[in-house]
Amino acid sequence: MGSLTKRIIGVLAGVVLFGVLVGLYVGLYLTSQPGSATAQTASGGVANLYFGTVAASETSDAHPTWVSYYATDAHDGNWRHVTTYIVPAHSLVHVTVFQFDGQSGLRNPFIGQATGTVGNIFMLDGKPTQTIGPDTASHVFAIPELGVSVPLEGIADDAKNPCANAPCPLSTDHHTISFTFRTGARGVYRWQCFVPCAAGFIQGFGGPMQTVGYMGGFIKVV
Amino acid sequence: MTSRDHLRRMLFIWLVSAVVLTPLVVFVFAPIVPPGQGTVQSSGQVLDNTMLFGLSAPVALFVLVYFGYALIAFRERDLSSTLEGAPIRGHAGIQTTWVAITTVIVLFLAVYASYRMLADGVGAGQGPNPIAAPSNPASGPPLQIQVIGQQWAFTYRFPGYGGVETPHLELPANRLIEFHVTSVDVIHSFWAYQLGVKADANPGVDNIAYVETRKPLSFDIHCVELCGVWHGYMYDTGKVVSGSDFASWIAAQQRTFAPATKLLDPYSKTYFPDPQRRGG
Repeated sequence: MGSLTKRIIGVLAGVVLFGVLVGLYVGLYLTSQPGSATAQTASGGVANLYFGTVAASETSDAHPTWVSYYATDAHDGNWRHVTTYIVPAHSLVHVTVFQFDGQSGLRNPFIGQATGTVGNIFMLDGKPTQTIGPDTASHVFAIPELGVSVPLEGIADDAKNPCANAPCPLSTDHHTISFTFRTGARGVYRWQCFVPCAAGFIQGFGGPMQTVGYMGGFIKVV
Repeated sequence: MTSRDHLRRMLFIWLVSAVVLTPLVVFVFAPIVPPGQGTVQSSGQVLDNTMLFGLSAPVALFVLVYFGYALIAFRERDLSSTLEGAPIRGHAGIQTTWVAITTVIVLFLAVYASYRMLADGVGAGQGPNPIAAPSNPASGPPLQIQVIGQQWAFTYRFPGYGGVETPHLELPANRLIEFHVTSVDVIHSFWAYQLGVKADANPGVDNIAYVETRKPLSFDIHCVELCGVWHGYMYDTGKVVSGSDFASWIAAQQRTFAPATKLLDPYSKTYFPDPQRRGG
């Protein structure tokens, strides 16, 4: 085999390899989707979602110091780092949040009132509640397009047994917050936190507040 | 044919096309261009657009006619020819005329725009000390509404109604509205284009914009300053409703958000909360 033939074969092989790699990259990009958690439907048709909110993600996470929401099960187990939640249309969705994070404070106290939930209230450690002090808020679970906004009380600054990184056991300091909202038509709605809770970023606005998958995501109503 | 003949012919074509097309642009096209006739300010913007279209149409036609005429009349007919085109030389008369006409147009637009801006502010944010408030509005003193931007929603505070804050916006018809636009975090921009209103929401700044509503209508609200990951979702739909419907709505808002109203700081032209805890 002559040197010219070898060169041509080498160039062709390189082009084919490059094309395969580009195809793989594009194909994986187009077919990859963020993970999701589907609400568990209980008797009576009410769908249940369970979240954990933590001051810092798992130590194995790409950003182990970032604050985040997690999907959990009803007993604070099976923690999954997903922020896309699938719920049924025209249904009641009952949300329970195991809130392990500290207090950050709202920049707009208006968001300290719960709206869009059944009865416009939420349960804070079993107690019906309508507002929390703006300075004691840790996070907010809000779906603006559905009018849902619930402030999540943070654990006290002097908590004795705070949780460092996800997953957090119920034996550590936490609040349990629950509420119910009604979904409408099918669609994809964004949800977000309204507390600038990103530690280490200017005024708490960066990092996990600006990255889908930590303090924001999507509600898929199907 | 001499160059003067070409000029005469080209000017004739331009004149005819301008006489035919400019009225079409002014009377048919311009009135349907947004933002529409929803408010005094949006109507003013339609008038401004009409004026600009009316002035720019003959200029654009002149360029297009010249371009088309040159392509056809001065094309090379002998494809085998290798001759270059005629040398281009300056013409003091044409240059002077061109500069004079454009100067007149630009100066006229500067005077017109200044007059329009000073008349009612054309719905733009004017900062904390507006110099172009609508004078003698038929609806009396303005209704003050504070627009508060935050990542990622606008909320609205009504100092004349106990300082209640609402997540949505309704306005009474036939009323002068005085928007006070601000932000509690980053830079946003409040744009309700059917109202003809656009004002930046800067933290620590009271940006005032005026609008005089007319009949009931729905309008879109968008943030038009790239403000973070959910910027594209920072939109809502507002309404202009009758005076009685507005009274009912604001009373309902006062009841619904009474608990939140107790949490709010006293009404202020700006809010620039100190970063708390980890926010620092």
